[in-house]
This record gives sequence, structure tokens and C-alpha cells, in this order.
Amino acid sequence: MVKYFSNSTDIRSTWDHVVSAFWQRYPNPFSTHVLTEDVVYREVTADHRLLSRRLLTKTNRLPRWAERFFPSGMSRSVYIIEDSIVDPVTRSLTTYTWNLNHTTLMSVEERCVFQESGEQPASTQLKREAWISSSVYGFSRPIQEFGLARFKSNQVKAMKGLEYALSNLHGMYTAAAVKGEKCKGKVEKGLLGPRPTS
Amino acid sequence: MNSVGEGCTDLKREYDQCFNRWFAEKFLKGDRSGDPCTETFRKYQHCVQKAIKEKDIPIDGVEFMGPNKDKPES
Repeated sequence: MVKYFSNSTDIRSTWDHVVSAFWQRYPNPFSTHVLTEDVVYREVTADHRLLSRRLLTKTNRLPRWAERFFPSGMSRSVYIIEDSIVDPVTRSLTTYTWNLNHTTLMSVEERCVFQESGEQPASTQLKREAWISSSVYGFSRPIQEFGLARFKSNQVKAMKGLEYALSNLHGMYTAAAVKGEKCKGKVEKGLLGPRPTS
Repeated sequence: MNSVGEGCTDLKREYDQCFNRWFAEKFLKGDRSGDPCTETFRKYQHCVQKAIKEKDIPIDGVEFMGPNKDKPES
């Protein structure tokens, strides 16, 4: 039995910014449960798409009643793979994320598509889907319910984390633009020395 | 952000900086000229792949977007 979840939202940033922020969203104040992040594979295809794989380790916070399913010898961290395709021609970023271990306890798979909005300028549509299942005999339903509740709470954090990264990027771009304007003014006034002739 | 390999974090940061710059300034703008990050990536990967093996992280042979195959189109 698998629990399915999906929702759509609009992000009020350009697709370029969203995709750049996607790579820079860790660490952020909402991601204290993410312990490590690594790019383990990357390739630009002949048709100019970027394929990447990231390996993440996260803590596995469980309610007390679920801890009994956890033999004390088992690693507490969850290993997660995030595969992604950036297509700058179709202006889409597709990601697929799933956990490598603890899959009997719970398997969570998530697919996200970030698509440049055709209707709203400077906006990106995000469609998110998840498939959550547990194979623990006799307890799969409460574990799946818990999994779905935790997933929803994590998605709120994920969006906040992405928005945090986006606002950092905007800050950088704004500062650079302001600096550019100031430099331009100084050049025109000859304050930065003579223009090179070569 | 830390790497899963404790000794790889500096290499990771160096690579990430190079990648982020190339990504925004070249890749997204359709510039197909060479990738300036191949050397830093190679060093970083050498370190992190070793750590992955040492920690027995079961990432080997996992097909790209594998589980997506049995899902309906978005």
C-alpha cells in the first residue's frame, strides 16, 4: 500500500534564480536535520542538459513509539539520493529523491518539477509528488501516516530553505547591480583613472 | 555544508564555488565553452568516493532516476 501526495505552488522568482538557488540551499536555518551534502555525479549531455546526483545524509527523527522498530545497532542516519535534470531549453528542472536505507521501515520517493511559468512573468511553477510506503508487518498504516505528516512538514521547511537561498541570491545580485551603478558613475566622472586605450 | 567525508569538505566547497559561478554565468546562458571545474571536481570526487566506500554507503550501481521509471508522467 502506498500513500500518494501531490501539490502545486508558484514561486515568485525567475526560473534561472530558482535553479541557481536549488544548488545553494544548504545549509539554511530550516535544514538542521540535513547533516551532509555531496555531488557524486555530474554530466552535461550532448543536448545540453545537466544531469546531477547528490548524496545527502539526514537525521531520522522518529516518534517514541516508532523507535522500537529500530534495532540499536542500526545507523540512525538516512542516506538520500537526489537525481536531477536541468533543461535550459525547456526551462525545467526535474528532481527525483529517495532514501537508500531504512526502506523497510519507510520508503519516501519524491518527484519535483520546477517549470518556468508561461503565464506569470518572473515566476516558476513547482509541482511536487510523493510516494510513501512501509513494509513493517502490522504497522504499515500508522508508519505511513507518520511518514506523510513528516513529509508535509519537511516540505514546508524545504520551501522556506529554498526561499532563504533565493533571498541570499537576490541580495548578491542587488549588491552587484548597485556596485555596478556606482562604478559606472565613477568612470564617467573620471574617478577611476584613465580608460585603457588597448 | 559538510561533506560525508570529513576530510573532503574543503574540496567540496572549492568545487561548489566553481560550479555555481559556471552554472549561472555559462550554462544557463547557453554558453557551451569548456567546463572550468573539471580539475576541482576530480579532486573532490577522489576524496568523497573513498569516504562513500569506507562508510559502506550503498550508492553503487543505483540507476539514475531509477524509481522514476515505474511512475506515471507528471
